[in-house]
Amino acid sequence: MTATTTSRLPDLSGSAFNLRSFLHGLPGVDKVGVEARAAALGTRSVKTSAKAAAIDLAIRMVDLTTLEGADTPGKVRALSAKALRPDPADPTCPPVAAVCVYPAMVPVAAEVLRGTGVHLASVATAFPSGQAPLDVKLADTRDAVAAGADEIDMVISRGAFLAGRYDHVYEEIVAVKEACGSAHLKVILETGELETYDNVRRASWLAMLAGADFIKTSTGKVPVAATLPVTLVMLEAVRDFRARTGRQVGVKPAGGIRTTKDAIKYLVLINETVGDDWLDPDWFRFGASSLLNDLLMQRTKLTTGHYAGPDYFTLD
Amino acid sequence: MGMFEYAPAPESRSVVDIAPSYGLFIDGEFVPPASSGGVFKTVNPATEEVLAEVSTAGPEDVDRAVTAARRAAGPWSALPGAERAKYLFRIARIIQERSRELAVLESLDNGKPIRESRDIDLPLVAAHFFYYAGWADKLRYAGFGADPRPLGVAAQVIPWNFPLLMLAWKIAPALATGNTVVLKPAETTPLSALFFADVCRQADLPPGVVNIVTGAGETGRTLVEHPGVDKVAFTGSTEVGRQIARSVAGTRKRLTLELGGKAANIVFDDAPIDQAVEGIVNGIFFNQGHVCCAGSRLLIQESVYDEVLESLKRRMATLRVGDPLDKNTDVGAINSAEQLERIRTLSDIGAEEGAERWSPPCTLPAQGFWFAPTIFTGVTQAHRIAREEIFGPVLSVLTFRTPAEAIEKANNTPYGLSAGVWSEKGSRILAVADKLRAGVVWANTFNKFDPTSPFGGYKESGYGREGGRHGLEAYLA
Repeated sequence: MTATTTSRLPDLSGSAFNLRSFLHGLPGVDKVGVEARAAALGTRSVKTSAKAAAIDLAIRMVDLTTLEGADTPGKVRALSAKALRPDPADPTCPPVAAVCVYPAMVPVAAEVLRGTGVHLASVATAFPSGQAPLDVKLADTRDAVAAGADEIDMVISRGAFLAGRYDHVYEEIVAVKEACGSAHLKVILETGELETYDNVRRASWLAMLAGADFIKTSTGKVPVAATLPVTLVMLEAVRDFRARTGRQVGVKPAGGIRTTKDAIKYLVLINETVGDDWLDPDWFRFGASSLLNDLLMQRTKLTTGHYAGPDYFTLD
Repeated sequence: MGMFEYAPAPESRSVVDIAPSYGLFIDGEFVPPASSGGVFKTVNPATEEVLAEVSTAGPEDVDRAVTAARRAAGPWSALPGAERAKYLFRIARIIQERSRELAVLESLDNGKPIRESRDIDLPLVAAHFFYYAGWADKLRYAGFGADPRPLGVAAQVIPWNFPLLMLAWKIAPALATGNTVVLKPAETTPLSALFFADVCRQADLPPGVVNIVTGAGETGRTLVEHPGVDKVAFTGSTEVGRQIARSVAGTRKRLTLELGGKAANIVFDDAPIDQAVEGIVNGIFFNQGHVCCAGSRLLIQESVYDEVLESLKRRMATLRVGDPLDKNTDVGAINSAEQLERIRTLSDIGAEEGAERWSPPCTLPAQGFWFAPTIFTGVTQAHRIAREEIFGPVLSVLTFRTPAEAIEKANNTPYGLSAGVWSEKGSRILAVADKLRAGVVWANTFNKFDPTSPFGGYKESGYGREGGRHGLEAYLA
């Protein structure tokens, strides 16, 4: 895995044996070591001008998300409006990267977002469990794209992955990617259910090999969502994948990132692991809902010198 | 680096008061040295700014300190262990409470990054006192006989790389076991030991139990050769260790030495590569490489050599070298002009002997003592930089083909302080660790310390153990 000797990967499609050999041949991840590294980077002190720049970048990286059974057109319209103008009191505040909703809500969000530059992401493939037949997943995907989603957040079949049926997971991702057409595909690994860092690394490579444009940590629907060490392992995977294939893949931690302090730790992680090329909303996203208001609150604090109360920020 | 630049995040240096000049701490108070001419300056190695004037203890001062320690030894050792523990617990708590002051002071005087003095040195210092406080009333159950007795007065000479932590390693077990001490900090880093004297007063430690005498090598020599000393504990260079062993030979003094090292850090082809690279970096660039157990010889299995080396270089390019008080600094200043000269000399020899030298692009400050993180590739066992302790941020990279060859090369050194093994295969780690002649073997980590774990060397890395239950033995008869 060296950048200087870019090698093509062997064709791994259609061969369960080759896929397995490849994934199990990746270097292991030492749990203690990766957690210590993530914790150490978490102590970086980002203040003043660096903090201001980080906050604006983080806002531009937010996939503003609502994935509830209770979602209504009204709720989604409000969220989409917020995506365009996160801080109505401050026109210098940038819009977020995307709005992320269930397929049924895509038409509503599309009405607000069309032509604005803010992307429209839809979860699909029987989110969050992924426990549905492939044709249902593909129909789910096609419908979302047809309704106006330009990004699809799919879930992998964790059951198949944990059972060692890597070829099954691979073929599903390939099929969903095809169903996406020109829409970007984010592949949710649901790392909280994969449990080990070795699994996270293998699932990351599996998704990238199958054509993922982004790899994403979590649905937000299981107890353990995005963590710094999991994201670090995924960043190492996209770094090594690009070194090997020349293709760049994005990373999206999602779930549980609620504060500016947390978001900045992720930016530090990017900065010191994969560098500038990923410090961009095209290559890194935060899947979040409440994070945005904390970012706005800290942004206002930096520009005005004092904290405004939570009533000064919109609840959507 | 690139588009995400961290703004300067300096820790405030005003949190700690530094006096313009310091006397010697003898019998519970600061006193001027007997001969007035004896002062020297201690500087901030990051800026060359003079921090304070410090006294040189001459023979008369050392004698006064040993006499005070002797006088205090009887009553101190007669205290119930639980009473001595109370003082040690108190010292540990005061250190925790004043850790911010101490961390800033340590970084100012030593040049180490505040991130390390704050997150590593100070927590370990407090932990060491807490740990040995716990032993003070349990000595009869430590396995050294039914009624172990203290030795008396301990002469302790410590180095400049971890000034306060080495002080803790020396003083905590000595006091817990009922000894009294005269400690000499290194001449380039006396300030935290002098601050510690104040901590002792704050803890109401009886006068004479801890005495701090400052000065250079001559003061140290006078102290270890003083006939009133029962025990000598030294951490420092192998060369000085030899002199001390000679001077102590034939006396009744007990001696422990913790000396140099040239540790092998062995990366097998089944290692967790990303974490191994972190371990390599931590092994040699932690504390600017001023670490006796530094992983200064990297042994990489040939089949993963390119991959590991490239990852290592990429990682080294993210090291932030500069102002030790900036909270984001990874690598600080070299402790002294003298040490910088030694690092430069040995590095030049490495290049002359044909090894390939590489450092990441980094701008070093104009003032102060600085050396960029450096690796040498193409190093063989015959190179001087593979044999001699550089004690700086300089890594020699060697290769091996089989586990047997790795073990042979790792052990092929006069030193034997520490070693590291990186492999995801547990059986390999155990088999290799078993054959390494080193006092500490780290598996899938490096430079990890804990007060419960004994530390010390084989061969020319010294003898005796510090830390853990084993560390009590050096102070008990």
